[in-house]
Amino acid sequence: MDVTFTPEEEKFRKEVQDFLAENLPKLGKSSRREFETKEDFLGWHRILAKKGWAAPHWPTQYGGTGWNVTQRYIYNEESARAEAPALLPFGLAMVGPVIFTYGNEEQKKKFLPRILSGEDWWCQGYSEPGAGSDLASLKTKAVREGDHYIVNGQKTWTTLAQFADWIFCLVRTDATVKQQEGITFLLIDMKTPGITVKPIIVLDGAHEVNEVFFDNVKVPVENRVGEENKGWTYAKFLLVNERSGIAGVARSKKAIERLKEIGRAEMLDGKPLIATDEFSRKIAETEIELNALEYTELRTLAQESKGQMAGPESSILKIKGTEIQQRITELTVEAIGYYAYPYDRFFGDNEYAPGPDYATGQAGHYFNMRKVSIFGGSNEIQRGIIAKAVLGL
Amino acid sequence: MDFSFTEEQTLLRNSVQKYLADNYTFEHFKKISRTEPGYSSKDWKQFAELGLMAAPLPEAYGGLGGGPIDVMVLMEEFGKALVVEPYVSTVVVGGGFFNHGGSEAQKQEWLNKIAAGETIIAFAFAEAQGRYNFADLTTTAKKNGSGYTISGQKAVVLGAPWADALIVTARTAGGQRDAKGVSVFVVDKKAKGVATRDYPTIDGLHASEVTFENAPATLIGTADDGLKLIEQVTDEAIAAHASEAVGAMRVLVNATVEYSKTRKQFGVPIGKFQVLQHRMVDMFMNAEQSASITYMVTLKLGESDVERKKAASAAKVQIGKAGRFVGQQAVQIHGGMGMTDELNVGHYFKRLTMLDTLYGNVDHHLKRYAELG
Repeated sequence: MDVTFTPEEEKFRKEVQDFLAENLPKLGKSSRREFETKEDFLGWHRILAKKGWAAPHWPTQYGGTGWNVTQRYIYNEESARAEAPALLPFGLAMVGPVIFTYGNEEQKKKFLPRILSGEDWWCQGYSEPGAGSDLASLKTKAVREGDHYIVNGQKTWTTLAQFADWIFCLVRTDATVKQQEGITFLLIDMKTPGITVKPIIVLDGAHEVNEVFFDNVKVPVENRVGEENKGWTYAKFLLVNERSGIAGVARSKKAIERLKEIGRAEMLDGKPLIATDEFSRKIAETEIELNALEYTELRTLAQESKGQMAGPESSILKIKGTEIQQRITELTVEAIGYYAYPYDRFFGDNEYAPGPDYATGQAGHYFNMRKVSIFGGSNEIQRGIIAKAVLGL
Repeated sequence: MDFSFTEEQTLLRNSVQKYLADNYTFEHFKKISRTEPGYSSKDWKQFAELGLMAAPLPEAYGGLGGGPIDVMVLMEEFGKALVVEPYVSTVVVGGGFFNHGGSEAQKQEWLNKIAAGETIIAFAFAEAQGRYNFADLTTTAKKNGSGYTISGQKAVVLGAPWADALIVTARTAGGQRDAKGVSVFVVDKKAKGVATRDYPTIDGLHASEVTFENAPATLIGTADDGLKLIEQVTDEAIAAHASEAVGAMRVLVNATVEYSKTRKQFGVPIGKFQVLQHRMVDMFMNAEQSASITYMVTLKLGESDVERKKAASAAKVQIGKAGRFVGQQAVQIHGGMGMTDELNVGHYFKRLTMLDTLYGNVDHHLKRYAELG
């Protein structure tokens, strides 16, 4: 058992730090809310792609970095510390691994380089109005006609579909068998006739998710991943990947640092808020939970480095990770007092919202972050997975 | 022992309920809160005609002679309908300051206007550095002939964009956080030296940052001795907002239970899952405990200062915790739908969250309660 870093690993850390210091300032912010336009999201992706660091976790033959688990850990930690923008998971973390694990050679050749470069924007066609937690009950139908599937139905909660070039979809190809056995995994070009995207505004006012409608959408059979009716296997593989990425330990560490800064700036009876027992203990409690989660994640990573796939216990990372993220936003709203009130989206890009800079948008962020215990398999579903698959109940 | 309402109070509830059901739908709330000026002067007039402004005020000054229980009854209904009109700041806070602290002439002038729905009042007390301490003031007032002039800045003055008059707390003596030396004034919002920057709030209300530069002001009550009055009036406002929160929580509990009966996953309504049943029972208990403590604070507003303060702080703690739990779980159980702007659930959650902040959050009132012994 050893968690110290070797001189080589420290050298690698320095390399990452230097790269971040040199390249992050190149990102121009086009609006006060950092991530609003397609370019906001893609800028950092492109810089990383040029460096060859866009997909550290991919096998090297597809453009991965070949880093070991420790190096990836160091890279994530330094990126979060430097507040590098998080890359969108839909291509790099979700469909990419599905394609290189289950796709055919043409699919790998066609899609992986464009995911890596950021040329193709992907979105996730999983949830439906009637199929949320019970994903396998999905109804979007694909009927085979010659060398095409004809897709009809509706997906929902599709994150950033308004920018997407492609959507990966779970569709029903056999309604006569057990739900899980009649699902197929399709890659669909968003420009195909018959696809309509409608915005859903969420409670902080953001346009982040959408409804996506399919009306007789023609999808070439060559865009099917793997076998027909075996999509659930690929879907589950993706969900486990999604879960492990969701812990966000390094980013929560940074968020706690930020919260402490706010606690030092906010005053209570002439003293910094952070000097009060009530508040400092709440931060400490959250930080301690995060310490435990960090080591839980390291244990998972160590297991993975021995070639073992992350198992159902990765649900712990999702549950605790999201609970901590939500707790930090809750404490941030507590910290800023009355300046949680102003509605930040009312103010233009060149206008200052009332109150200190650090307060702007925090309440909206708190409300927005309620989503993390709902999406990616709700935390109730995750607890169910642990009960069943780990505890054997 | 009797928790029943009088005939007048029941009539009041029925008429408010009917008016809001007919006129103040969720769509109406969204529309008025998102278009200028951000509230409905038509509804405000109707509230006055229904006697809501007059209800708790003394008969001698145009009121109907009711009291905090009338306010509790109508605020629960306001909470259920997400009402944005500045009832509490005008009637409970404005009315409270003049009623408890005003001179005979001020009572005659202001209470009659308030009861008739002819004025809107906002309460300018918060300052960036002051957090929830009413005495932590950098705004100052100086004697100027028979009146005063006020200089300083106030933060997040709810309802100020629509207000005719502002009630302003300012220091007239002592150091920045001294209990002694705090005074309360009324300032005409149109007066020279008053500047506002108006904006919407995240929960569908409107507020202003207000700057005073030698603005003419009239004293309410005794100079330097305003803190006692401020605490009394804001404790009354806390009771009113507690009832508003109870209304919001009750809507969320009902909406969530109903949703769980119709939303099917894994072939059954999600309300059949024990983990969600127990969660909804906890939501229900939180709402009922909040209703109980709202009765308690409402009934104790007339008791000794210590009893009243403890009851108000107890209510803030209970309501703050319960509002967070009920709001978060209502969203969670509604899933993605709970996250949307389209559904009412998120809007109640936002209102409940901000009500925790108003007049001091859970931590502040836990400390205040503990210090009162």
